[in-house]
Amino acid sequence: MLRLLQIEFIKLWNNRASKVLIISYFVLLTSIALIAAIKFDIGPVQFHLADQGIFNFPYIWHFNTYVTALFKLFLAIVIVSMMSNEYSNKTIKQNLIDGLSKKEFILSKVLTVISFALISTIFVFVGSLILGLVYSDYNEMSIIFSDLEFLPAFFFKLVAFFSFCLFLGMLVKRSAFALGFLILWTILEQVVFGLLGWKVMSWEAAKMVKRFFPLESMANLIKEPATRLSAVQNIGQQIGEDMRFDYHVYWYEFLIVIVWTAIFIYLSYAILKKRDL
Amino acid sequence: METILNVSHLTKKFGYLTAVKDLSFTIEKGNVYGILGPNGSGKSTTLGIILNVVNRTSGEFSWFDGTTSTHEALKKVGAIIERPNFYPYMNAIQNLRLVCKIKDVPETKIQEKLELVGLWDRRNSKFKTYSLGMKQRMAIASALLNDPEILILDEPTNGLDPQGIHQIREIIKKIASQGTTILLASHLLDEVEKVCSHVIILRKGENLYSGPVDSMLASHGFFELRSNDLDQLQKLLEKSASFGKIENFNGTLTAYLKEEMDAESLNQMLFDKGIVLSHLVKRKESLEEQFLTLTKNQ
Repeated sequence: MLRLLQIEFIKLWNNRASKVLIISYFVLLTSIALIAAIKFDIGPVQFHLADQGIFNFPYIWHFNTYVTALFKLFLAIVIVSMMSNEYSNKTIKQNLIDGLSKKEFILSKVLTVISFALISTIFVFVGSLILGLVYSDYNEMSIIFSDLEFLPAFFFKLVAFFSFCLFLGMLVKRSAFALGFLILWTILEQVVFGLLGWKVMSWEAAKMVKRFFPLESMANLIKEPATRLSAVQNIGQQIGEDMRFDYHVYWYEFLIVIVWTAIFIYLSYAILKKRDL
Repeated sequence: METILNVSHLTKKFGYLTAVKDLSFTIEKGNVYGILGPNGSGKSTTLGIILNVVNRTSGEFSWFDGTTSTHEALKKVGAIIERPNFYPYMNAIQNLRLVCKIKDVPETKIQEKLELVGLWDRRNSKFKTYSLGMKQRMAIASALLNDPEILILDEPTNGLDPQGIHQIREIIKKIASQGTTILLASHLLDEVEKVCSHVIILRKGENLYSGPVDSMLASHGFFELRSNDLDQLQKLLEKSASFGKIENFNGTLTAYLKEEMDAESLNQMLFDKGIVLSHLVKRKESLEEQFLTLTKNQ
């Protein structure tokens, strides 16, 4: 296993573009929290974001995992190209000839993806913990470590998304096209949802079905946190809108995402196995 | 003798096209094999199958008596297919280090192999800056990293200039002299003739011949003869049971042997009959002539 990770590390780390993207991703991951803490404190309007309760435990777990997950696109580019470059350089053929089995080849990519997700999760955990200890209004142990399910949700969300990227890179073989396909897919899910609700079934049923779409199911794991803020909820109450909604992470949501991850990895392997290189 | 590769009834179809058809052959340790065949005869497809990058339609192959899985076996094989494929943004050392990791061998041989192919001075240049000849030599260095039991080369001199071709051939000869088994696919017959002891001849995916180069045709070679009395010589030879076809071309007789005979005894025999030769050469058909005869017959 270590050998497969080392192989992938040599490939990634010696590629300047990948290296720059990976470093900027992790820099962003750490700095997002710091920037949010310092800024918004300008002029006569005293709006200190940290005072709005966004860094309160346990809310911070939700907020930070949601926001940092937006940066996953950086790594998506790295992952799509690390797969499709193997095709454009024809190095996948050479790797197999040199004695890497097709299973090992896929496994080395999957392990890399898991490592990326794991390191990101640790970064977010440590960053949020520090930020929370500094700014949070509540500092009891039991509150700090409640709602931690957002961290595994973050991890599985990343693994699933990156597996999807791997699969697209494997399927399309060209990084630019694969990224285009990713955007196309995002739109497609919404279009299918729209069509279902409009023509096929009720909107309620369509929303149920939508939860099973790959990208939608990943988004569903960590729902948008803004409406959970007390400030936002106050406004909601004033205009007579009940904005309380269920933001928890449920086991079946995990299950859907894990199933998609397994499907993407298996399909990548099946494609590689079937293809003549 | 130790068997390195055994291929039996291998078939590969690309849609309607049959690229390899019921192909069987065996590779024994210590020999130098050539796979010969015109373009599109299935050479590269066959190599692709045994190297795990092309899926077979039917048939079997097994490395090293079938005791290990194909990808484990490939760690003991060095192979170069068509064009050298490395990571363009990495230098020679980085690329070879990666190969060492894949093959699970220590990195101690990198310098030795780069020196062997004359690339040690350029070890820190990125692969994309190399000329085609250097890329090809780099591929050979990579294939030799694990001191392979067998070296597989597919058109190793394709697209190279004469100097590059010469360098590659010298390297191949050096490796062959060290007793490494080599499987060389090529359509360049003189290339194969110079280094190979055994040949496998393919045409349209079918095996026309596989075995030692010498016994490719049941031929004993031929004599080229010249004399002042050419008519008399021709009559004499036609009467002899040892000779088959006799051709007269520009005053030189070419007499094909039907049975083994050395030049000395022919000279003696003709001298006894009163014919003095001005030119006597015994030759075997070149691989090219044999190849053309063989592919024409079928």
